[in-house]
Amino acid sequence: MQATKTKNSLPSVLKNLGPLVGLIVLVVFISILNPRFIQSQNILNLLRQVSINALIAFGMTFVILTGGIDLSVGATLALSSALSAGLMVSGVPAIVAILAGIALGALLGAVNGLLITVGKMAPFIATLATMTLFRGLTLVYTDGNPITGLGDSVLFQMMGRGYVFGFIPFPVFIVLITFVGLFVLLHKTPFGRKTYAIGGNEKASFISGIKVDRMKLIIYSLSGALSALAGIILSSRLNSAQPNAGNAFELDAIAAVVLGGTSLTGGKGKILGTLIGVLIIGVLNNGLNLLGVSSFYQQVVKGVVILIAVLLDRKN
Amino acid sequence: MNVVMKDIHKSFGSNQVLQGVDFEIRDGEIHALMGENGAGKSTLMNILTGLHPKNSGTIYIDGKETSYANPKEAEKAGITFIHQELNIWHDMSVLENLFIGKEIKKKTGLVDNREMKRLAALQFEKLGITIPLEKPAGKCSVGEQQMIEIAKALMTDCKILIMDEPTAALTERETEKLFSVIDSLQASGVAIVYISHRMEEIFRICDRITVMRDGKSVDTKNIPDTSFEEVVKKMVGRELTDRFPKRSPKIGEVVFEAQNLHGNGFKDVNFSLRRGEIVGVAGLMGAGRTEIMRTIFGLDAKHKGKTFVNGKEVNIKNPKQAVAHGIGFVTEDRKTEGLILDFSVRENISIPSLKSLTGKGLLKRKQEDDFSEELIKKLTVKTASREIPVKSLSGGNQQKVVIAKWIGVGSKILILDEPTRGVDVGAKREIYQLMNELTAQGVSILMVSSELPEILGMSDRILVVHEGKINGELMQVEATQEKIMTYATGGR
Repeated sequence: MQATKTKNSLPSVLKNLGPLVGLIVLVVFISILNPRFIQSQNILNLLRQVSINALIAFGMTFVILTGGIDLSVGATLALSSALSAGLMVSGVPAIVAILAGIALGALLGAVNGLLITVGKMAPFIATLATMTLFRGLTLVYTDGNPITGLGDSVLFQMMGRGYVFGFIPFPVFIVLITFVGLFVLLHKTPFGRKTYAIGGNEKASFISGIKVDRMKLIIYSLSGALSALAGIILSSRLNSAQPNAGNAFELDAIAAVVLGGTSLTGGKGKILGTLIGVLIIGVLNNGLNLLGVSSFYQQVVKGVVILIAVLLDRKN
Repeated sequence: MNVVMKDIHKSFGSNQVLQGVDFEIRDGEIHALMGENGAGKSTLMNILTGLHPKNSGTIYIDGKETSYANPKEAEKAGITFIHQELNIWHDMSVLENLFIGKEIKKKTGLVDNREMKRLAALQFEKLGITIPLEKPAGKCSVGEQQMIEIAKALMTDCKILIMDEPTAALTERETEKLFSVIDSLQASGVAIVYISHRMEEIFRICDRITVMRDGKSVDTKNIPDTSFEEVVKKMVGRELTDRFPKRSPKIGEVVFEAQNLHGNGFKDVNFSLRRGEIVGVAGLMGAGRTEIMRTIFGLDAKHKGKTFVNGKEVNIKNPKQAVAHGIGFVTEDRKTEGLILDFSVRENISIPSLKSLTGKGLLKRKQEDDFSEELIKKLTVKTASREIPVKSLSGGNQQKVVIAKWIGVGSKILILDEPTRGVDVGAKREIYQLMNELTAQGVSILMVSSELPEILGMSDRILVVHEGKINGELMQVEATQEKIMTYATGGR
């Protein structure tokens, strides 16, 4: 948090850099075992792979900072990307279809927000229910089949497969822009300060005149919109919308947020940490593949890494 | 059972709470423990019963040096502490409360309800209690809940019972009931440590009294050998007048008025507050004082009635609107409702004022720094820097931070709910001084307090609340402890 700018005492520096140190150690370790890992082609590939989780995890960071959780992000991704795919198939211009998908994501997030604020439900329960609900609606809408034949809109194909300046994958570009915007929002605006305040002490925030319910509504909508954006990138990459897309994505997003040092009880954490957390998970996935570790063992390793990271954080 | 505590020291962080306390409990006596809030009474008893470890000193139980590791151990040895905040599981029945954690089991390992009922009924009969055992404890009155706690303590063969402010929330009838139970306990050989602020009660039921002040035991005397005056003098350590800075209020026009206000826990409340005035709101715990304030501030819904700010009717539905009308609320519990403990002093102060510290959508950091720095100076908050977490400040300075955030956002009407709770004696005076300065600048203050000296020492006018109604109003000059207590207990 911004408050703890103590005069560079070593432990606090280490604490803030903990996730970054972890990331560097992982990169070095894997590069030694397989030098192909560090080649620019693989790095760009890796970055593109993590961009979907990054967008979801950014939204999740805001949600978790308020002391909440959003389990419905994967299902939101599926439903909103199915909608925009459906629209494109029926001939709607790509830009409209994409914006409609993102708007649906925001709307689904707002549903979560309303259940949590007006309905006074625990975020875990509310989003657990909507996760199932949104997934069910996706299956109903798609009839359980992938939506294909999305047309040849350049914009849509760019989303997942294009490049900026000839070498930066377009999704990575979107992640960078989003990151900068959200970083400013979180650390430089009243909105961000209020986000931390709500997670730090919701009662005191309310008494101080913060419209806690409205803030939460906006934050869950943001989480939904970012999941939808991730969904559109995914369907562009696959050139189809899959009814089962985004299954269990919420878990990777939560893992990234926690790896980045954000406290699940809210009020403490940074979005930069989340970006690092996303990269750690991405490096593990990509690196273990390169090293030829079986996918069964990959899960074991990922689980162990998350446990170690959280245990180290506890000690601090 | 005989307890001797010798030269007990205890500090929490840098805060020295106990500095060489001697205390003795003799077999079967009723021993009053008196002292101002923050004098260290509860801490001393928490050390005896093993909730806090002591820093130094010795405890002898029946002549043997002893130190309990936790309250459960003390309870097994026969010492039970009934805290002011009762330990009641509201959703469980009276019976379940009585045996919580020590349920009686049959050979099969299942709970033996019949046996527990038999024992509970026996105990209740002994104490003359008639609460149905199946009643949910949350539905019992505070007096009944207290009886449940006492019965619970006695079931574990208690030899010393410590009671912290047992009558604070009781009606007169319940208090009488409690005293007759205490009498019968004493007759059966139980010693009682009676922590209370109520002089009359202490002189009526106790055998001996120990007075504490600023973490030290000042004196222990037999009740017949002392007097009200002597005890007060020892408690305060100086004349009462020094505790409160002199007030010379300049009282102006009416800035706030409540007419026929009804809400959760109170009804038909009428009063006004003038510019520069401090209105004290007295009453027993649970009389509805806090509820009135919460409703004025928009935290609880009002059922009926009108409120006016500066002569204009306002309909405040949430704190944001209250803030917009210039009302600030320093709640009773600053840790859970007043502060964001992990935030810095600066961040806490600026929370209600973020809008005015924003330009082009971004927070103006420099302006925020100056803003908080100015308020820290104005309210003489003692902090190493504006950037340190507010949780590392002392209670009194934390309270000043809460007041600072309201002054910063331009509040002209301040509601202070127990403004000096958990604040040490020196810092209390600073908060009183601050209240005087603020009112001199035209701020008006509604002060809810359970400390009568504070009400008497700081208020220009006093409202006394009894069972959700304002039962009396006193001007500063005519007010006495006795008059307030009469109104507070329903008298006229």
